[in-house]
Amino acid sequence: MSNSYIPYSAIIDDITVETEDASLKTFKLVIENEEERMAWRHNPGQFAMISVPGKGESPIGIASSPTEAGSVLFTIFKIGSVTTALHEMEKGERVGLRGPMGNGFPVDTAFKGKNIVIIGGGYAFTTLRATIAYLLANRQDYGHITVIYGSRSPGMLLYRSELEQWAKRGDISMNVTVDRQAPGWEGLVGFVPTITEKVAPSPENAVAMVCGPPIMIKFTMPPLEKIGWKDEQMYFSLENRMKCGLGVCGHCTCGPLYVCKDGPVLTRTQLKGLPVEF
Amino acid sequence: MKTIFLNEKELLALLASWCETFDVYAPNDGKGEDAACSVIGWGKIASKEEFYGVLPDKIAKGVHKTSIKPFFFPQPETLVTFTSDNKPCAPLANTVGQKRLILGVRPCDARSVMLNAMPYRDDPYYQANQNKTVLVGVGCNEKAITCFCEKTGGSPLGTDGLDILITTLGTGFALEALTNQGDELLGSQGAALDEALLAEFTKRRESFAADAQKANSTPSLKGKDLMSLYQSKIWQDLSQSCINCGACTFLCPTCYCFDIQDEAIRKDKGSSNACACGTGGCACDAPSVRRIRYWDSCMFPLFTKHASGHNPRGTKEHRVRNRFMHKLKYFPDRFGALSCVGCGRCIRECPVNIDIREVMTTLLAVD
Repeated sequence: MSNSYIPYSAIIDDITVETEDASLKTFKLVIENEEERMAWRHNPGQFAMISVPGKGESPIGIASSPTEAGSVLFTIFKIGSVTTALHEMEKGERVGLRGPMGNGFPVDTAFKGKNIVIIGGGYAFTTLRATIAYLLANRQDYGHITVIYGSRSPGMLLYRSELEQWAKRGDISMNVTVDRQAPGWEGLVGFVPTITEKVAPSPENAVAMVCGPPIMIKFTMPPLEKIGWKDEQMYFSLENRMKCGLGVCGHCTCGPLYVCKDGPVLTRTQLKGLPVEF
Repeated sequence: MKTIFLNEKELLALLASWCETFDVYAPNDGKGEDAACSVIGWGKIASKEEFYGVLPDKIAKGVHKTSIKPFFFPQPETLVTFTSDNKPCAPLANTVGQKRLILGVRPCDARSVMLNAMPYRDDPYYQANQNKTVLVGVGCNEKAITCFCEKTGGSPLGTDGLDILITTLGTGFALEALTNQGDELLGSQGAALDEALLAEFTKRRESFAADAQKANSTPSLKGKDLMSLYQSKIWQDLSQSCINCGACTFLCPTCYCFDIQDEAIRKDKGSSNACACGTGGCACDAPSVRRIRYWDSCMFPLFTKHASGHNPRGTKEHRVRNRFMHKLKYFPDRFGALSCVGCGRCIRECPVNIDIREVMTTLLAVD
């Protein structure tokens, strides 16, 4: 019987400070053992447990696409004891990595051949970055790709240089917005729901991934519903407190559902059938 | 599988013979600390006198103070150790060590081991603990007022999870082998039940089984749309008096939720510095951190609290509802049986008298 509690040993290969307040950093992790590194497979939308021995483990969404092999990226907000310890670590140090966990977005099944709409706000953009990178690497398998991504201010946007590169490509429609006008900002201004209403992505043969703070999600639903989006076309990703990540320890349950194993990705149809315990 | 009949003297001799191959444990309620066993309420047995005290007709009616959960789900259990440069090591420590035999297990407690093994089917630690443990049960001729195993799909003479069931019968004991291991342990001891005893034994079992079938609430709970009661006012009433002490979850043999935390290993404190693998031959002979799991309770607010401060089950009403819904709805939907064996410890020890039997009745009565 394999033991899913033993983490892989991984080395921090690179650290990028993402935001102006340095509260978010992206860690590039490389699994030390070559065999384990080559065997690693994940779907966009999955997460993993990152541990700092002595501090504990935290579930973190995977920010890299499986097409970016050899390493795994995690963009981590400094908030608790594990993430604070991670933020204090340096390149070359060793951490534990367990995963990948959860279901991820159905990019190879339900999403194939569809027009894709990606709506993200704030820190929740990390697994959406993984998804965008995957879609672009397999561009021929999908129709139009529309991205709507908002953050408080330009300095709080994640993956700035990639956002710029994507905007220059002709095969993806990028709509990056900030809450308020800021010096030097030439992009869109306004909350995600407002921009969604303006962009009005067609529900025709399409799926949407909506990830962000609950308040953003709440106000993004009406403009989408108004133009004909159905519950089964909309995908969300839940997060709950987690310990084992294997559907046993009970922390992440949302009614009958284990977010770690049955989720974290759910359609709005599935979500509506659940108690609001997330 | 055989069923044999032994008198008291023969039974004592058989129990003593098991000590040669097993660490034998039995209930030792009120006998103080037992250094050889870290499981409260259970002690290691070595002498004939001690065996005499735990004979099936000598132990108190109803369930023992604590369940056998800690034998399968140690409190705490080391999952992994780390060296000072963060390298993990964690082959199973608990696959090594003496095989154990637990004597005097009530059918409800034995059933809990079988039920918990369902969510833990891929858990190497639980499985290893189960593989090295033999359960010898004692059937209940008399119930305590808090017993309700029949309501949950069990029976006072239930055999789920057991290797051997001992039942007092006539002037002696019937020993029923329920697994191959149990069959081997009975060896060629004793005689088969004679016709009269067999008739009585069969009659008793059948009558218990019939009662249990009639009383079992599982089908009616499964037939009811309990999710439609999620928003019901009953949860407010049921949780009103709860103080979220968590006693129910800790005493419950089928509550299996856990927390994982890291602990620094302090060499100067004389704590064990053995690696989790226990082989002594691995690379990390000087671990500095151990990752442990230990029992947690969904009654505690911290159980679900996000790092952001948001709490999806932020009120005691949410938490009480979750505990009962898990036992009576979510677990049965996933695994088929209720996550309750009717041992009644939560009823016995709840400081504010919350009674899961009343919860079941209320859920079934409300529209």
